Amino acid sequence: MFYREAGQFKSTYQTDQAIFPIVQDRWFMALVFIVAFVVIPLVADEYWHQAIIIPFLILALAAIGLNILTGYAGLVSLGTGAFMAVGAYSTYKMSTAFPDLNIIIIFLLSGVFAAMVGMVFGAPSLRIKGFYLAVATLAAQFFILWVFNKVEWFFNYSPSGTITAPPRELFGVLVTGPEASPVARYYVCLVFLVVFAFAAKNMARGRLGRSWMAIRDMDIAAEIIGIRPLQTKLSAFGISSFYCGVAGALYIFCWLGSAETEAFDILNVSFPVLFMVIIGGLGSVLGAILGAAFITLMPIFLTNAPPMIGIHLAADLQKHIEEIILGLMIITFLIVEPAGFNRLWQIAKEKIRKWPFPY
Amino acid sequence: MSAEPTVGRKIGDVILDVANVSLSFGGVRALNGVSFDVNEGEVRAIIGPNGAGKSSMLNCINGFYKPTEGMITFKGESHHQMETYESASQGIARTFQNIALFKGMTTLDNIMTGRNLQMKKNFLWQALYFGPALKEELENREVVEKVIDFLEIESIRKTVVGRLPYGLQKRVELARALAAEPDMLLLDEPMAGMNHEEKEDMCRYILDVNDEFGTTIVLIEHDMSVVMDISDRVVVLDYGEKIADGTPDEVRANQRVVDAYLGVQHD
Ligand SMILES: Nc1ncnc2c1ncn2[C@@H]1O[C@H](COP(=O)(O)OP(=O)(O)O)[C@@H](O)[C@H]1O
Ligand SMILES: [Mg+2]
Repeated sequence: MFYREAGQFKSTYQTDQAIFPIVQDRWFMALVFIVAFVVIPLVADEYWHQAIIIPFLILALAAIGLNILTGYAGLVSLGTGAFMAVGAYSTYKMSTAFPDLNIIIIFLLSGVFAAMVGMVFGAPSLRIKGFYLAVATLAAQFFILWVFNKVEWFFNYSPSGTITAPPRELFGVLVTGPEASPVARYYVCLVFLVVFAFAAKNMARGRLGRSWMAIRDMDIAAEIIGIRPLQTKLSAFGISSFYCGVAGALYIFCWLGSAETEAFDILNVSFPVLFMVIIGGLGSVLGAILGAAFITLMPIFLTNAPPMIGIHLAADLQKHIEEIILGLMIITFLIVEPAGFNRLWQIAKEKIRKWPFPY
Repeated sequence: MSAEPTVGRKIGDVILDVANVSLSFGGVRALNGVSFDVNEGEVRAIIGPNGAGKSSMLNCINGFYKPTEGMITFKGESHHQMETYESASQGIARTFQNIALFKGMTTLDNIMTGRNLQMKKNFLWQALYFGPALKEELENREVVEKVIDFLEIESIRKTVVGRLPYGLQKRVELARALAAEPDMLLLDEPMAGMNHEEKEDMCRYILDVNDEFGTTIVLIEHDMSVVMDISDRVVVLDYGEKIADGTPDEVRANQRVVDAYLGVQHD
């Protein structure tokens, strides 16, 4: 009875269109922000930052990107890893070629490169759908990584074939490279996630998002309303790949520090990010974030929880259990509740709203 | 709906001219040399038995099917090589025989898509949801709210359309078409599957749209009493050919129509 819209009458369409129309939601968001910006940097140690929180932020950004494409526009992609790699290699090339250029600008430009590559490989989506599109993006994934592996220019002819994040500062603080503190890298990733999560939510609830969903739900009717299929699908590919590209840049520069193309492998990135989107909820920004949290936290939970109740699992058994749980969840969500965690969250809110009455 | 309400009905000049249109799917000849015209502000019905080619005719008019022969002229412009998405910007909106709503979206969002062409702000503005983009969103929301009022669907504004009953879905589809403020509205069996009361409501809405906004209406309908009541002129198709064309009374008196259509029982 405490969480509800009643008594919060919207007198204008503007307040009705607000991103968090319910007061309690706004309080909740404020709390999340305080925890994210103040509490976590104070309490989290290096292990937490490096093993859990930073990868979560980066993968959440990639998952939002993929959700724009797959959840909102209904275009399945297995090329997430490749589009992230485009962002990472662009950042590497630009930051080594122009050491004085602001690293944030480089991250954003890398996103733009990824967007362009994404649109090129997304062009066939006008003609092919579903499974066939997934296969086409899979081909893009292999092709792009192969190029980054073969063309030595991309890794500046380094004999090991790896790219390494050079040290770069922001406001006088190191944010990339081996010397950068986890807290500094955490803040960079956090700000990117927050800004782009809001941007995604805004696009999703405006004309663009409606066009994506219209093409997803009924492309013929969308076209008859005047929505151009090619433009709309390419915009989804472009914006989605921008997100993935920026995430890929952060992945190397604010997390791994150095990597080869293998880091962007389909099993390392494309599938896990797709699972985040499916488990979190197709077509929801919050869902992508919840999905990323779940998939980054689950292994940690399985490592720590069983010993607490006196069960000691062998490492490989734990890995198997992890895969089984993940597989079961994906099947369950795909069949029973395609809207994922996000939907469960909505149902929970609905229940709280009606509490203590069943209806 | 910013169009000025016209006082009383006014039938103008020819707005749509269909000349000698034929359409084939492989061996099937869905339309065979069909010609008719529609005047501005008119309610024009297309009737005929199942498979006569009525839906195909609407699909030709809004560019979804390309006629194999013949010419379609809308507002003086022939649209022979038209892309499907261009028909909306020319002022044509339509509903479908099998509801074609965006199932995963709310009623409000579905109807807002009807305003897409009126919204021009690029994605960067939309990502900010601020200033001109917000203004544009609110202006179009206002138009949509008028349509929602008009069709009396306020209570389902935020409901996902896939969960609505059939009759309401049909109404939302009409709302989406109206939100575009079209010059011509193509309605493919808007009352099919409705009960008597729902049919009456739908008739009233169609006539009101035509009355208040002067929207030209081309409709396909099986219920003869409805057709006879609300249309100015009727085209009758049978096996892809036009067999009669005229006022409801003329058509009703036509022997070929009686043989081909009225004599046959339809549900
Ligand atoms: N896309 C299509 N492909 C093949 N045949 C079609 C297609 N659309 C319509 N037809 C055929 O064209 C004929 C007319 O169909 P239609 O226009 O739907 O009739 P009506 O709406 O009058 O019931 C039918 O024989 C139908 O099978
Ligand atoms: Mg039909």
